[in-house]
Amino acid sequence: MRLATYTRYELLRTFRNRRFMVLALGFPLVLYVLIAAPNRHEQSLGGTGISAPLYFMVGLVSFGAMNAVLGSGARIAAERSTGWNRQLRLTPLSTRTYFRTKVMTGYALALVTILLLYAAGTVLGVRLSGGEWVRMTSLILVGLVPFAALGILFGHLLSPDSIGPALGGTTALLALLGGVWFPIGASGAMHDLAQALPSYWLVQAAHVGTGGSGWGPRGWLVIAIWSLGGAWLARRAYQRDTKRV
Amino acid sequence: MAVKRAPARTGIALQGLTKSFPGGRGPVHAVRGIDVSIGLGETVALLGPNGAGKSTTIDLLLGLQDPDAGAALLFGGSPDEAVAAGRVGAMLQTGTLIRDLSARELIAMVASLYPKPLGVDETIALTQIEDVADRRTQKLSGGETQRVRFAIALVSNPDLLVLDEPTVAMDVESRRAFWSTMRELAERGKTVLFATHYLEEADAYADRAVLMAHGSVVADGPPTEIKAAVGQRQIRATLPEAETEALEALSGVTRAERRGAAVVLRCSDSDASIRALLDRFPEARDIEIVGAGLEDAFVELTGAGREVDA
Repeated sequence: MRLATYTRYELLRTFRNRRFMVLALGFPLVLYVLIAAPNRHEQSLGGTGISAPLYFMVGLVSFGAMNAVLGSGARIAAERSTGWNRQLRLTPLSTRTYFRTKVMTGYALALVTILLLYAAGTVLGVRLSGGEWVRMTSLILVGLVPFAALGILFGHLLSPDSIGPALGGTTALLALLGGVWFPIGASGAMHDLAQALPSYWLVQAAHVGTGGSGWGPRGWLVIAIWSLGGAWLARRAYQRDTKRV
Repeated sequence: MAVKRAPARTGIALQGLTKSFPGGRGPVHAVRGIDVSIGLGETVALLGPNGAGKSTTIDLLLGLQDPDAGAALLFGGSPDEAVAAGRVGAMLQTGTLIRDLSARELIAMVASLYPKPLGVDETIALTQIEDVADRRTQKLSGGETQRVRFAIALVSNPDLLVLDEPTVAMDVESRRAFWSTMRELAERGKTVLFATHYLEEADAYADRAVLMAHGSVVADGPPTEIKAAVGQRQIRATLPEAETEALEALSGVTRAERRGAAVVLRCSDSDASIRALLDRFPEARDIEIVGAGLEDAFVELTGAGREVDA
């Protein structure tokens, strides 16, 4: 078995789907330019001391990466509707390898999204040290694990018709409550709810770039729980999903 | 029920296999306890009309669904074991290909999952899809898609090949190519099970036909034996006056049917019947005696014709 071959073709066919790529990668980039470019000379957004291009860059990096990883669900739902998923069950492909390939594909898309936004940010004047870029990116990649699991879970539970609104709604809600668009206050019910969400910690990971301290024990715990819970549910959904669609 | 381990030379063993689905008016009994044993190297047609339980039987024997009772064994073990060992190639009834790869790339992708696959070029040559191999899968016609799906089932170099209604969407040319490949596979000693409702396909390509109706096996044997199991010949004649009861009383006639001015006699011994017919009804005209195809056997055995009597 040459699993590298299998993964390579999976990546190849994802990157060949031009419409998907333009939407998945283009949307966060266009949004970023639209928001950040007019404010690119604002050096202290709302008195935070953070420049507008940097503030919106870390926000859209978390949003775009989350979107890219969850998007694997839409591709899975489409594959299921063609009966391909049942065909795969008749091969020796293990659950583990199937998941690994789907997660790798989601991560590849997320990385491209992140790098495009970094490049756009740099053009608009964002300057960070090498260490800051690396620490921010590494923590974001860890923070994406729960979303990879949720994407696979949704892909095996929903039909191609329903997954668009489901993913769109989930992403919008998680982004809003996680503080992608507006900072979540330092206390109160909203703050407590946000701290239980993986999107909050993903945004905190991105804010390493604005001088944030990343995750404390609570952040690691929340991400670990969502990752393990999501992976368990996704595995269950995949293994049950053998019926004719 | 107790599950016996099948002997090693058995390809497929279905033992009391039963499966129901919840339905609007009580459970739908898709498969009602079937026992079938298929030896290594046999080519068997699973024959039956739509709704006979063929696809459910195939899902059960491939391990895509779990039976309510009984068991399906492949090579003496569970379906999952056989699939995990890469010994099974299958082409399901529904399904198309994933997009954004060429047929060749998709075949290579699937091949990479198996321990001892055929070469990609060999598979393409064997299934005669050279003309479409470099086209993206979303640009293939229905018939071309079926041929590529067949290639995907074959590239694993399976010991057992299971095909559910493989020729349904194929045009005449694809069908010809498909069956010539199938003959070659049978010569290589593969065990093949294909579901079909084309009786001529079972007749022409299978060593054995397992006939299903309403979730049960109603006949199992060489296609020729199935034909012999019912009236082998038919006599047709224009005979407006005769009663069907009188015709059925004739020597060698198993069933008589009226079709307007004509009658059709199904016969177990057509020689005796024609003599008796002319003796009793000398006015019979336009007489034809034809060999019954598997089609007639099918109608007879699956009970589709009995609704007329009811």
